[in-house]
Amino acid sequence: MAWRRADQIDSATAPPARTGGASLSPADATYLASLAPPAPTTYHRLNPLTKAAAATVATLAAFILGGYIGPLTILVVGVLPAAFAAGILLKLGRFALLISLPVAVSVALVSVFTRAGETVLFVIGPFDATLEGVDFAGQIMVRLIVVAMALGLFGLTTDPRALVVDLEHRGMPPRVAFAAAATLETIPAMIDRATTIQAAQRARGLDTEGSLRARLRGVMPLIGPVILSSLTEVEERSLALEVRAFGRPGRRDLLWSLPDSSRQRFVRWLLLVVLVAVIAARVTGSMPAFL
Amino acid sequence: MLELRGVAYRYPGYARSVLQDLDIAIDRHEIVGLVGPNEAGKSTLCLVAAGLAPASIGGTLTGSVLMDGKPIAGLPVHELAAWVGLVFQDPNTQRSGVTGTVFEEVALGSVNLGRPVAETVARTRSSLATLRIEHLADRDPMRLSGGQAQLVAIASILAMEPRLFILDEPTAQLDPEGTRLVGQALRRLAATGTALLIAEHKTDLLDGLCTRIIALDGGRVVLDGPADTALESDGLTGIGIQPPARVRLARAIKASGLRVPDELEQVAAGDRSA
Repeated sequence: MAWRRADQIDSATAPPARTGGASLSPADATYLASLAPPAPTTYHRLNPLTKAAAATVATLAAFILGGYIGPLTILVVGVLPAAFAAGILLKLGRFALLISLPVAVSVALVSVFTRAGETVLFVIGPFDATLEGVDFAGQIMVRLIVVAMALGLFGLTTDPRALVVDLEHRGMPPRVAFAAAATLETIPAMIDRATTIQAAQRARGLDTEGSLRARLRGVMPLIGPVILSSLTEVEERSLALEVRAFGRPGRRDLLWSLPDSSRQRFVRWLLLVVLVAVIAARVTGSMPAFL
Repeated sequence: MLELRGVAYRYPGYARSVLQDLDIAIDRHEIVGLVGPNEAGKSTLCLVAAGLAPASIGGTLTGSVLMDGKPIAGLPVHELAAWVGLVFQDPNTQRSGVTGTVFEEVALGSVNLGRPVAETVARTRSSLATLRIEHLADRDPMRLSGGQAQLVAIASILAMEPRLFILDEPTAQLDPEGTRLVGQALRRLAATGTALLIAEHKTDLLDGLCTRIIALDGGRVVLDGPADTALESDGLTGIGIQPPARVRLARAIKASGLRVPDELEQVAAGDRSA
């Protein structure tokens, strides 16, 4: 599936670009299409909403199904083949491990030693490690890995700009879209500012090196200036956007759009049906015994 | 085109007005330099003229601000944006953060105005060409030098084709190279016929560019006249504004007792053909 030009937007997802009487030259249309974020594989080229739906359903279904077989099936049948197709299997594995490991370790420790059970594996001081605790921790860890990989797959194959543009084409107000995208930009900007303020404070004798205590003490004088300067910047940024008519209500004709198809729409509906079926099975207690 | 009649402005929470009794009119195609010491009210005047004060930042405005004879009070800023463009000091805070290329960043204002794509593309290309930054079109707006980022900010306002272009110390945070780039851009902008109001400390940037100079001090107009004579006025020095290099050079030569060559006299008097 190829990315489409601005004058070839799918009418089902977005109105065709208005050209004000003049039409885009083929060269301009090709150029605008090139502005969309690069999408190296077929999975990357899926509509962001389709990828978001897949990640959401995988996450919710893993938690609703519980146990081992359900979440592992989602992982093996859905997430891993998609990651392989997107060429990010190893990267995703590292990402999921990094994200889920800290939570998994704490969950394991808490579950193994505090979960009541009849089969005691070993004892450390007042704590009994039970087989039931190990089983519970294992189930939680499997779910965490599925969630981390499903969400990681979405994040690693979807440019935030693509998601924002697609959501705006679907009717999300530009202000909401901007808030989502601008938040991502704010973090590196705040880190830069904190580094500059820290350098200025150090030039005036603030000790920010040495023991952990000294470093923590050094962080305190940064908090006020970083927050205040961030607030000032937010005001300037908002004024700069206002003079570019950002507050204007009504539709905007965006420069590029993302492809969608009836096949992808069908897949999204199918995912929704699957999710509803899983919820219904869990609520009514008619879940297959092997799950 | 833009007229301020008896304008006074006070920021929210402040007892004192920053601007007082201002009567200023700027006509079409006029290129006006706005000078004054720190806290003279230059930035505030820019905000008032662009309709951001008090509409967006609050405060109290008395008097009237008129655009083509019609009061702008109560008009939403996004409506005024098609008439008056404002470029701020800091190029970093003017980046939208939601675009991946300079082309999209420059096009953003026109897109926001709801213009059709073909029109937006044409205006964007024209703005980039006017400022001679077409080569930056595919660059990431986050990875530009200060001067380049400021040119992109100017281009993004230019693409909206405002009738009055206000620049609030556009070179204040730039190095000499960035200042030179913006200086060249302002000359190209002036050649388009758009009215310009440029608040700037660096009188060398205004010299030869502006047709008129307005000096503010303490929120009041203390000097308003043709650029050639105003930039040589002792009144500017009196409020702490350094005159352009050509004027300082001529004064230094005279003070040293040397004879000022006729050509330099003419240059000092603003006759650049000499």
